[in-house]
Amino acid sequence: MIDLRNVSLEYISKSGFRQYSVVKALDNVSLRVEGGSFTSIVGPSGCGKTTILKLVSGLLRPTSGEVYVNGKKVEKPLSIVGMAFQNPVLLPWRSVLQNILLPLEVVEPHKSRLESHRDEYVEKALRLLRLVGLEGFANKKPWELSGGMQQRVSLCRALIHDPEILLLDEPFGALDLFTREELWSVIQSLWLETKCTVLMVTHDLREALYLSDKIYVMSPRPGRVIGVVESKYPRPRNIDITYTDSFVEQLHSLRGMIQVR
Amino acid sequence: MPKTPLTVVLSNTLKEYTPAIIVFLGFFAIWELSTIVFNIPEFILPPPSKTIQVLYQNLNIIIQHSYATLQSTLIGFGVSIVFGLALGLAVGYSSIVYKAVYPLLVAFNTIPKVAIVPILVIWFGVGKVPATLTAFLISFFPIVVNVAVALATIEPEIRDVLRSLGASKGQIFIKIGIPRSLPYFFGSLKVASTLAFVGAVISETVASNEGTGYLMIAASSRFDVPLVFAGLLVISLLGVSLFIVFALFERRLVGWAYR
Repeated sequence: MIDLRNVSLEYISKSGFRQYSVVKALDNVSLRVEGGSFTSIVGPSGCGKTTILKLVSGLLRPTSGEVYVNGKKVEKPLSIVGMAFQNPVLLPWRSVLQNILLPLEVVEPHKSRLESHRDEYVEKALRLLRLVGLEGFANKKPWELSGGMQQRVSLCRALIHDPEILLLDEPFGALDLFTREELWSVIQSLWLETKCTVLMVTHDLREALYLSDKIYVMSPRPGRVIGVVESKYPRPRNIDITYTDSFVEQLHSLRGMIQVR
Repeated sequence: MPKTPLTVVLSNTLKEYTPAIIVFLGFFAIWELSTIVFNIPEFILPPPSKTIQVLYQNLNIIIQHSYATLQSTLIGFGVSIVFGLALGLAVGYSSIVYKAVYPLLVAFNTIPKVAIVPILVIWFGVGKVPATLTAFLISFFPIVVNVAVALATIEPEIRDVLRSLGASKGQIFIKIGIPRSLPYFFGSLKVASTLAFVGAVISETVASNEGTGYLMIAASSRFDVPLVFAGLLVISLLGVSLFIVFALFERRLVGWAYR
């Protein structure tokens, strides 16, 4: 479970020669993500969506307010978190398999078990690769793969250490529509299988409505939560539901909530 | 992947290098022709044919001096690899060290190395030691800068992948910093290896009684210009060979950076 209580974040930005200004990225944001649920944050560019993920992962600390994960205050990066970014950011000198195993070289208890139980972990990585439809690509180098394939690898890497929380930062933003829709169903089945808590940031309202249980809508900077929408379609969802009247209607009203400056 | 037949590989290699070979041959042809057409005397600009002839006639003595140059170069360059890599990693690892040491390095690098040779001679006497030291001094800077810049420019996103898992600075350095800086390191070795030759030869021309630089200075004081050019030819051959060695290393070890 993720719990943000009255979180604000300010940072100092250089606005010119010897000129500094305080930028308020988040203004008194409170939001809750239930354990095992799929939650999205939507909002215009620069509203601090990514900042929220960084706060949850412990990469950033709030100026005021608290961030709790599973009831504990976040004060440093947590290894129970897996993260996937808009860019796949795979390491080009490692094979696909070695890229997926990377978190295990850092996160305990896997780190000390990796040497002795390597086969077990490789088996797990290969199973994840099968789940995302990349069987037989384990020994390829990342740059031999298309953008969509790289993003699948990045998802496997985010999941290899069985994180309780998966943070997705516009994970499909750089992909074409068809690849994106395909990966929606991939991420849905991964989530249904692992039952981890997912917090996703996205621009794509259709994506948010299709994948999530709950959607937080944010205002332009400074980011505030200006609305919550629930998406109650039965699981597993099929892409066809995005063309039903009720879905389109909900999508429309969601769009109406987004304010673009 | 099916194996490519050797004949195809050979013809592909030939295709790749043909333009370079043509340019080289053309360069020497123009040189040779212009000395004939403009009737340039040998003691001003000897034609390549004469240079090669002189090179062949003095082969033993040239090999002996080249060996001395090669020795100074390689030892100096070897030291600069170890020192440059270590300093580069330290400078790139810590932004404090970077800010503290970098200006001094730049200042040091702007000093013309020729100006240092006489000082080295006062300290260490005439001969191989100043040549080796000059080779080292002139070649370590590009190594330090390349390695340091590679470490300092790691994409924040790549860093975040590991940081979000709770990785320490040291772990990020080992898992990402070092592998990522290798292509920059090998790239700098190609530049540094040729610079090391320059350093050794400069020092030999100023203060030495052996080495290609000494040979050339001695020859030019006798107006034996063809021998000077023979020396130049040998130096560039050695430099190119060393360059090729490191280019091959680079392809082998960091092929992923050349996709």
